[in-house]
Amino acid sequence: MTTATTAPITTPSVEMREFQTDVMRMNMGPQHPSTHGVLRIKLELDGEKVLKAEPMIGYLHRGIEKLAETKRYNQVIPLLDRMDYLAAMCFNLGFVLAVEKLFDVQLPPRGQYIRVIMCEIARLASHCIWLGAHAMDVGAITVFLYTFRERELAYDIFEHICGQRMTVSYMRVGGLMNDMDDECVTMIKKYIETMKQRIEEYNRLLTKNPIWMDRTIGIGHMTAQECMDMNITGPCARGCGIDWDLRRDQPYSAYDQFEFEVPVYQAGDVYARYLQRIDEMRQSVRILEQAINRLPDGPFNVDNFKIILPPKELVKRDMEAMIHHFKLTIDGCKPPKGEIYMPTESPRGELGFYIQSDGSGKPYRMKVRNPTMINLQSLGRMCQGHFLADVVAVIGTLDVVLGEVDK
Amino acid sequence: MPALPAIVKPLILMNLLLLVPLVLVYLERKVIARMQDRIGPNRVGPLGMLQTVADALKLFFKEDFQPKTPYKMVYWLAPALAVVPLFVAAAAIPFGTLWHMGSFEIKPYIADLNVGVLFIFAITSIEVYGVTLAGWSGASKYSLLGGLRTSAQMISYEIALGLSVVGVIILSGSLRMLDIVAAQEHLWYVVLQPIGFVVYSIAAIAETNRLPFDLPEAETELVAGFNTEYSSMKFGLFPMGEYVNMFLVSCLATVFFLGGWHPLFGLTMIPGVLWFMLKVSFFIFMYYWLRATLPRYRYDQLIRFGWLVLFPLALFNVLWTAVMVNIPWS
Repeated sequence: MTTATTAPITTPSVEMREFQTDVMRMNMGPQHPSTHGVLRIKLELDGEKVLKAEPMIGYLHRGIEKLAETKRYNQVIPLLDRMDYLAAMCFNLGFVLAVEKLFDVQLPPRGQYIRVIMCEIARLASHCIWLGAHAMDVGAITVFLYTFRERELAYDIFEHICGQRMTVSYMRVGGLMNDMDDECVTMIKKYIETMKQRIEEYNRLLTKNPIWMDRTIGIGHMTAQECMDMNITGPCARGCGIDWDLRRDQPYSAYDQFEFEVPVYQAGDVYARYLQRIDEMRQSVRILEQAINRLPDGPFNVDNFKIILPPKELVKRDMEAMIHHFKLTIDGCKPPKGEIYMPTESPRGELGFYIQSDGSGKPYRMKVRNPTMINLQSLGRMCQGHFLADVVAVIGTLDVVLGEVDK
Repeated sequence: MPALPAIVKPLILMNLLLLVPLVLVYLERKVIARMQDRIGPNRVGPLGMLQTVADALKLFFKEDFQPKTPYKMVYWLAPALAVVPLFVAAAAIPFGTLWHMGSFEIKPYIADLNVGVLFIFAITSIEVYGVTLAGWSGASKYSLLGGLRTSAQMISYEIALGLSVVGVIILSGSLRMLDIVAAQEHLWYVVLQPIGFVVYSIAAIAETNRLPFDLPEAETELVAGFNTEYSSMKFGLFPMGEYVNMFLVSCLATVFFLGGWHPLFGLTMIPGVLWFMLKVSFFIFMYYWLRATLPRYRYDQLIRFGWLVLFPLALFNVLWTAVMVNIPWS
């Protein structure tokens, strides 16, 4: 470890002295307070100015795609919880939708509505973490604790409905783990009311804060064309003026039945992406409100015991149901031969599952288009020419989850 | 025995100042916890009051790790430089008026210097060297950047800090701390010097490296900045210096702008020292509040703010005060 900025003294006379400067190569991470896990960035600095920033990934690689080939479809879901652990519900949904598309089945309305509700709560919880961590990186510590307080409410709902807080594994191919009871509906209604107030509270804390504006406006600028070239999706792209949201443009799981707007900002800097996500949180609350008020009654699983387990009471008295139960547990559901790509809108961008099925109970090949890994490639472009302090602001705005980046 | 107070008083002040960080850290954690909807420390001692004592003790028992640095001497010297000047400067602060206990006269200050203001500013400037040298000698790029930030910060703020007090000196016509306080018996200088007060308060935050100006140790950027490579009590001295410095600049603000020990609303039954401490606490509370509310400035923005906003404001204040004083009021 040496100090790279050297000033060799060539001659003692003052007018003859020339300072020779060198770029400082600095390693940020994988152990660093604001790299959101194990992201490592190779930095080239001129003083505090960033000449080059190169993200290095792979410190959390667990080979989830390969592991999935050895697991039955429903067993893959717990692995996906551990990819994007902040929005596990959305990853559950993306995967089960892909497999259901292979089967060519759709859930009854109640199941679809519950899925939407869970995904939007996960989106809110995930954006809460983004906001907290982002603000903390820029130095506002209190926002972090406030948003964690609200995430707690979301996780209470998850815990109530499926027994798990973070790694939910709530969804199944062809249905859900269990139904939503009335108590849960009350909890969610309360959550909606709380979030409505709290989003405005965050807004008051940060949006017009001069220091926050100084730190975020004009930082990490990207044009819409650059976003397209790098295949950036999600809030990062919508903050750069790309009007694209899969929930609206390729609706899945009953999203076409709700009224909501897709906030788009043209500026393309950290501040625009901040405003975009805050607006998106408001829209999520709006979707939640509609979904919970119009939650239909009826079954929530598909009516096909070759895909989803029959109810336990039925298994105990019905021979056929018992056979289904046994076969499903041993072999898993077997989608027909074929391949499928199913894109969904996760809180961080387009989450796509490509699944190749050979007709057995396990995926022959699974490939995940994980949004933040692709978004992360813009880090170098965004940091260039800015200061070291802006690097953390840019990491915050990208909203990276390293579990997902490294798969 | 005239020599006795000269020995006893520094000892008392020294020990009180050593306790200041313990109290301030505890209060900070409690106050900020309240602001952040948390509980704060509540395990060690009643209401968690011994938490900082436990933390300090823990630091004493930590392994004293040393990086491979070519500047061993500087590495050892830096923590001392960050703390000792502050203790020295505290000697010149008048915490209260004379106390009469029977025939005894107790002066709640150590030195009554006729150049008190200059002395304090001169001595506290040395503290910055501690931080800068700590960053330099750590032989780590993170600490180097932290150290460089400190020096840049010092250059942009010390001037505004010094100039903001000039108005007070013009008004009181003295560099002696006691005279400055005495001159505020009827009207505090915060009323006559609002610009000076604001500039001083902002510059003092930068001086103490607190949020929103905590760039030298910006945790989320530089891990721990200048003290990244320090461990054990050598590390502990830096936060200690920071809190003593916080206390010190709050004391100075009280002396310069809030009328020192003079009571508010004529409440003379409360002793002057207590009034002084109340005013200091108000300042320190503001520090906590700011830390809980604001994001951090960026390096270049801070320098720009220092030179283009605070410095002209402070200069204008000096000019304005000088003109107003020389107008013959009827």
